[in-house]
Amino acid sequence: MIHTAGPQLLASLLIGLGLYGILARRNAVLMLVGAELVLAGGGLLLVTAGAVGRDPSWSGQVLTLFVITIAAAEVVVALAVIVAAYRRRGHIDLSGDAG
Amino acid sequence: MTGLDLAFAATGLITAAAAALAVTTRQVVHSALWLVVALLGLAGCYLVLGAELVALVQLLVYVGAVVVLIIVALMLTRAPIGPRAEHSTGRAHRVLAGCVGAGTGGLVAAVLLPTATRAQVRPAGSEELARQIFSTWVWPFELLSLLLLAALVGAFAVSGLTTADTSGEDAR
Repeated sequence: MIHTAGPQLLASLLIGLGLYGILARRNAVLMLVGAELVLAGGGLLLVTAGAVGRDPSWSGQVLTLFVITIAAAEVVVALAVIVAAYRRRGHIDLSGDAG
Repeated sequence: MTGLDLAFAATGLITAAAAALAVTTRQVVHSALWLVVALLGLAGCYLVLGAELVALVQLLVYVGAVVVLIIVALMLTRAPIGPRAEHSTGRAHRVLAGCVGAGTGGLVAAVLLPTATRAQVRPAGSEELARQIFSTWVWPFELLSLLLLAALVGAFAVSGLTTADTSGEDAR
């Protein structure tokens, strides 16, 4: 038996922290760290729903696997864009002017 | 308060503390390393919730691949080692970001917490999960492989475009 308040509280905490990381960071790679935390919160919610509900298709865990995979694809493209921007501008400061 | 509750509280506290440090530390590289700890803690949470395969995939894909990618990108973009004042935002900016983050997190918690119940955790069944992936979810699964291919080709295309551009700029 588990009380679902714990996982739900942790998921909302991760989402809030991730949003803070996205908004408060100037380094573009560190902004991605915040985005990963938001995705982690979403995955935790899905797993929690799948663990305590009884869905016959196991959608909670399967969708979390899909989210992890899509997050990997997103990170690859985002890092390619960031490295390209660094080569062109010489910095990845989000508050700097686009050169 | 059952054993599962205690186990989840332990892993959840590790995850939350590491996530908070990852978004607040002033040292760029430490942020990526704290992200590793947060994702490891999250894998522990998945294990407590009975999702063995998801925890393993989290370990392999996130801790093994994504974080390494992030660290390599930090190296490629010459991230400063050590605390740097010029890389952090102003106090007003941080307070505003904190307000937005706390507001959104609070909103999600306010929606979710009324639905919280004490429930039985479904026992882990990787065989049944595998059967579901390759029967019910087989088409999304195949589409996902296409998406990964597209992301890889897209990443190559983006880096190729800019090298062509910058070589043109160098020649100029």
